[in-house]
Amino acid sequence: MEHPVLEMTAIRKSFGNVTALEQAQFSLQRGEVHALLGVNGAGKSTLMKILSGVYSQDEGEITLNGSPLWLRSPKEAKEHGIYTVYQEVDTAIVAELSVAENILLDTFAGGSSFFISQKKLYDDARRVLKELQSDNIAVGQKAADLTLAEKQLVLIARALVHSAKIIIFDEPTAPLSLHESAKLFSVIEGLKAQGVGCIFISHRLPEVFEISDRITVMAEGKWVQTFDAKAASQEEVVESMLGAKLSNELVHREHEIGAPQLTVEGLSDEGKLENLSFGAAAGEIVGIVGLVGAGKTELAKALFGESKLTSGTITLGGKLLKLKHPSDAIKAGIALVPEERRKEGLFVQESLSANASFPNLRRFSPKFFMDKRAERAFAKDIIGRLQIKTDNTETPLIHLSGGNQQKVAIGKWMSLDSRLYLFDEPTKGVDIGAKVDIFKLIRQLASSGKSCVYFSSEIHEAIGISDRILVMYNGQIVKEFSRQEATQERILLYASGGKEERSENRQQPEREGHTVSV
Amino acid sequence: MKTGSSPKEKAIQFLFKYGAIALLALIIFYFSTVSDAFLTYGNFSDIMRSISIVTLLALGVTFTLVVDGFDLSVGSTMSLSTVVTASLMVWYDMPLWLVLLLPLLIGVLAGAVNSFLIVVLGIPDLLATLSMMYIVAGLHRTYTEGYSIYNNMPLTSGGTAPGQLSDAFLWIGQGQMLGLPVPVWIMVVLVLASYLILNHTRWGRVLYMTGGNAEAATLSGVNVKKVKFTAYVVSGIFASMAGILFTARVGSGQIDAGAPLMMEAVAAVFVGYSVLGAGKPNALGTFFGAAVIGILLNGLTILNLPYYAFDIIKGGVLVAALAVTYVYAKKKFSKS
Repeated sequence: MEHPVLEMTAIRKSFGNVTALEQAQFSLQRGEVHALLGVNGAGKSTLMKILSGVYSQDEGEITLNGSPLWLRSPKEAKEHGIYTVYQEVDTAIVAELSVAENILLDTFAGGSSFFISQKKLYDDARRVLKELQSDNIAVGQKAADLTLAEKQLVLIARALVHSAKIIIFDEPTAPLSLHESAKLFSVIEGLKAQGVGCIFISHRLPEVFEISDRITVMAEGKWVQTFDAKAASQEEVVESMLGAKLSNELVHREHEIGAPQLTVEGLSDEGKLENLSFGAAAGEIVGIVGLVGAGKTELAKALFGESKLTSGTITLGGKLLKLKHPSDAIKAGIALVPEERRKEGLFVQESLSANASFPNLRRFSPKFFMDKRAERAFAKDIIGRLQIKTDNTETPLIHLSGGNQQKVAIGKWMSLDSRLYLFDEPTKGVDIGAKVDIFKLIRQLASSGKSCVYFSSEIHEAIGISDRILVMYNGQIVKEFSRQEATQERILLYASGGKEERSENRQQPEREGHTVSV
Repeated sequence: MKTGSSPKEKAIQFLFKYGAIALLALIIFYFSTVSDAFLTYGNFSDIMRSISIVTLLALGVTFTLVVDGFDLSVGSTMSLSTVVTASLMVWYDMPLWLVLLLPLLIGVLAGAVNSFLIVVLGIPDLLATLSMMYIVAGLHRTYTEGYSIYNNMPLTSGGTAPGQLSDAFLWIGQGQMLGLPVPVWIMVVLVLASYLILNHTRWGRVLYMTGGNAEAATLSGVNVKKVKFTAYVVSGIFASMAGILFTARVGSGQIDAGAPLMMEAVAAVFVGYSVLGAGKPNALGTFFGAAVIGILLNGLTILNLPYYAFDIIKGGVLVAALAVTYVYAKKKFSKS
């Protein structure tokens, strides 16, 4: 193996008396994609912030091309060719400027010449975009009009302008559709060919294996193991992330499916949804899978009384529902865990106990005055049941990790005895430890006879958890699969608007790789 | 992750929790050393009476701020209520119960119009209530044709007004009960009631949560429109109560009574953010804020500071309180 471009050894970093990193190490070859994995709080972000100059390490050494490096600011990191593409692209894009100006922002913002030649600007920008096979992006348009994926490309282009040696991708695919992710991967392949080292952080294992050469796992601020991506299996990597074997509970489940509970017939709304019919029985987990924009969230909200229906009926437990407002849905026994938990599901400045009691305030204020002791008791109860990692029921939720916040967003419905639970992308941005807990909880709800509808664009997760899978495309349900028939490939085909042409010839592919739902 | 506390952070935390109270103690201590008249029962009862009207206004503003709204029209609503109250007695010689009820209905109406503009039409709260501030102020001047209303005043239609402010009514603003002025009792009762409702009941919880995240509140089954409507109506009612109290206190229906008090009320609420580390609008804090400003003004008057300099002090207190609140909030929420 040739000499690594980047070598980080024995990195230590603490904040106050909390040690975030200890004995962390990482290396990167020229033209390599090296994935960095770990559950939330494992220290990935801290390590990458040290590499990009946001923090300085307390101890340890970083060498770049063999010479030691001590970064004091993000600017210095950039001068050494280390760039980061953050998940939140909008923080780095100047929306009112053109694509070209955004790509070359650093050059003219700090440049020496007073006047800027628009022609040169556009030509340079075009040249860089071409290297990224993205010359379909018009360099003159406002950055505000770009899609999220295009904005990401602009940021990558910005790094390339400065002949970046290392690009850190921090969960770049989280907001992307499958198609956009595929495009990003081909761009990353291109970067590799140019000799750029890429560090890839993601919660999605399949894509990590698809794109990476090596995989490093961190846990509790320490380096755990580095795998050769070609030789390792998903199970091995997950085990090393969790430090324990995945319980089999997630894979096999004995369950009984009861009488029909939810029946939806001919549902259409003013926007996306068109003539949807489906049902869910007691004790059943129905997966509704579709790509971003297929209408899953719209369906979840329609079932929760958030949008106006133009036609169709919703029946729950034999009763026809008239849902004018979410409060009607809650009264009818429906609970929704929304996709955007911070925006729609939680009150992040408020305490865990105030969040948990909110959907059923009457239970915690039988005589109009709040019974704070009952609230705390209930909060403690869900902390225990959902294994939420916090020491205090009164801490504002903003201090909890994403996975723990999501558990609160689910747990807050536990004070109501709902019949139907709607989960809209419940694993989005959640680390694998929390995911496993969330899956367990959904299973438990189903086992106790609740109906669950699981909306997701993570196909392998949906296959792992659901008893039955409905595929949505463009506001319609286009296909239904039983648990046995469902494979990632077939679902993806329907979800992207395709159809199986000769269904009689289809062979039943072995179900593989779905057991690990990350 | 929680970082360790450096001395600087500890200082900020201390300031955030006890800064306002420490400041008040300091002010009281200072004035009591420079003047013997300051730290007396009579003077403090005066101060409490003088802040009672602002406190009522400020309680209304507190309710709208709790739901993440804002009500700039409270001053005008108070002015309108002041002249209407006086006119009902002086011009129309109405019975006391109507004199007290009609202004309250005006407050309800003002709040309802505000929430219609904000909740139904979707005009931003600041702009909607700013417009209402002008409209209601204009209404109350038009109603009195620009004159203040007093006993036996000459009427433009000729002759003198038939009625006058009754003693029973004036007792509300000028009477004493159990050794304290009646307005102070009214203020104390309303502050405590607001505190209990906001901090210890189901309603208060719904109000705060709606203000914290309206979307999440909706998806938890709260009818956000109804909640906001209620908050603005409550604000209108408090403003009209302040107007009634003002008329009873002064003994006449002054025009533009509320305008100068509006900003003072808003300031009181924001100073209240910093009391005991609340960091959000709260009834006790609002009372405290009004008290800090009231005590300060009283002390400065005793010191013979010119009245035209008072606004500098008011502004200074407000800035200090806001600085502590927001510097702390930035620290607190940037860490996760």
